[in-house]
Amino acid sequence: MTRKILALSLLLSAFLLNFSNAAFAAGAETEEGGEDPTGFIMHHVKDSHEWHFFNIGHTHVTLPLPVITYASDRGLEFYMSSDFQNHETHLFGEENAHNGIYIDSHEHLGRVDGGSITDFSITKNVAMMFIVIALVLYLALSAAGHYKKHGAVAPKGAAALVEPIVIFIRDEIAKTAIGPKYKKFVPYLITLFLFIWVGNLLGLMPGAANLTGNIAVTFTLAMLTFVLVNVNGNKDYWKHVFATPGVPAPLLPIIVVVEFIGLFTKPFALMVRLFVAITAGHIVILAFIALVFIFESYAIGVVSTIMVTFINMIELLVATIQAYVFTLFTAMYIGGAVAEHAHDDHH
Amino acid sequence: MDLILPSSGLIFWQLFGFLALLFILIKFAWKPMLGALEEREASIDNALKSAEQARSEMANLKAENEKLLAEARLERDNILKKAQEASAKMIEEAKDEAGKQGAQMIANAKAVIETEKKAALAEVKTQVATLTLEVTEKLLKKNLSDDKAQKELVDGFVNDLKLN
Repeated sequence: MTRKILALSLLLSAFLLNFSNAAFAAGAETEEGGEDPTGFIMHHVKDSHEWHFFNIGHTHVTLPLPVITYASDRGLEFYMSSDFQNHETHLFGEENAHNGIYIDSHEHLGRVDGGSITDFSITKNVAMMFIVIALVLYLALSAAGHYKKHGAVAPKGAAALVEPIVIFIRDEIAKTAIGPKYKKFVPYLITLFLFIWVGNLLGLMPGAANLTGNIAVTFTLAMLTFVLVNVNGNKDYWKHVFATPGVPAPLLPIIVVVEFIGLFTKPFALMVRLFVAITAGHIVILAFIALVFIFESYAIGVVSTIMVTFINMIELLVATIQAYVFTLFTAMYIGGAVAEHAHDDHH
Repeated sequence: MDLILPSSGLIFWQLFGFLALLFILIKFAWKPMLGALEEREASIDNALKSAEQARSEMANLKAENEKLLAEARLERDNILKKAQEASAKMIEEAKDEAGKQGAQMIANAKAVIETEKKAALAEVKTQVATLTLEVTEKLLKKNLSDDKAQKELVDGFVNDLKLN
């Protein structure tokens, strides 16, 4: 059994390696024709206007994605990412402008006439987000369908997968971290957990986008938590921030500033934690793969594969832990905002 | 720097996508699911409670049964005891009766024997008297045929009288 699992993971790693190999060849060569590991790694970690899978020889296997732009004088415009690429090299660049718009080599949108333009493209991460949403929707709705069809009976199928998660989040996260007013927040916490968890896991697939390791995504999620926490903040919560009880009057200005900054550092920590954990994992895996091409040695290839497999397994763990931690901290911040304090005995 | 600068387009889509996911799931997945879970937990709670109730009822029934059984056993013992007493009494009575009857019979037999004996004695006395009379008659007829004899007799009587 163990041997089988080992063999399977080696095979998977080899598979991953193949993909990356191709991508490496495609993405990043330095001017001298050598390999550029930083470019290769960043190519995988960052967002892109096209979904690049791998190369076979000089053929790029990519999925062109919609480019949606908005400019106050031009309105909304729709293109495909392939419109802005060189047909030979598949590279973006100012020289490949289309209709007065170009995508530069850093994937930024620009206008030939120098005007401002906003990018609402369905990028690789947006496409990935839709896949994650579709999967979460499928899981949750088919789980809910079970209860609609059979009533309140023992779970089966998707319900057997989702129900333990729902119960865990309700009982172990919401009930313990929020307290008696937990019920209202359970749906948000479950959705948050499932989205991050599925996003983390799918992000580990070869060829997938690094969705939950993107700062814009973690920023949005953290912002939603921030809004939810502060909208639900009760009298005690705000009193704690702006008139912290138990603090001597001369210290109050300092404490209020600290508390006020604290409002923002909480979601900021959420944003950074998830982004760093997922991106760092991807970078480590990609770095081990990059070693193969730097050393061009079979021996390193074997060692790399083993290491990549090992890191991949750790990443599976990290995917779950980070989803759990994000949900737990969100619940704790909500708990802090809705709790009825007794301020007399403690601060 | 791209890595740590959020892009507005992705924020827009993420916000839109996540909120849409949130509202769809709240309406169509989490509400029915959490409702069903609560319902199921309530029904499990109820089932446990009624099982507990059934168990206590069973225990009660069993206790009652045992009480009934004990009562029945006591009753049986009583009945047996009474029956034994009754039979003992009956035997005693029968014995007494038999004794009495025996005694009666013996008494009767004794009385009969006494009567018979008396009758027999009377008979014998009568017979003796008769015989005596006859003998006396015959003796008298023979002895009193002379005066001397009569005189002797009278003397004899007189002697007897004196002695008395």
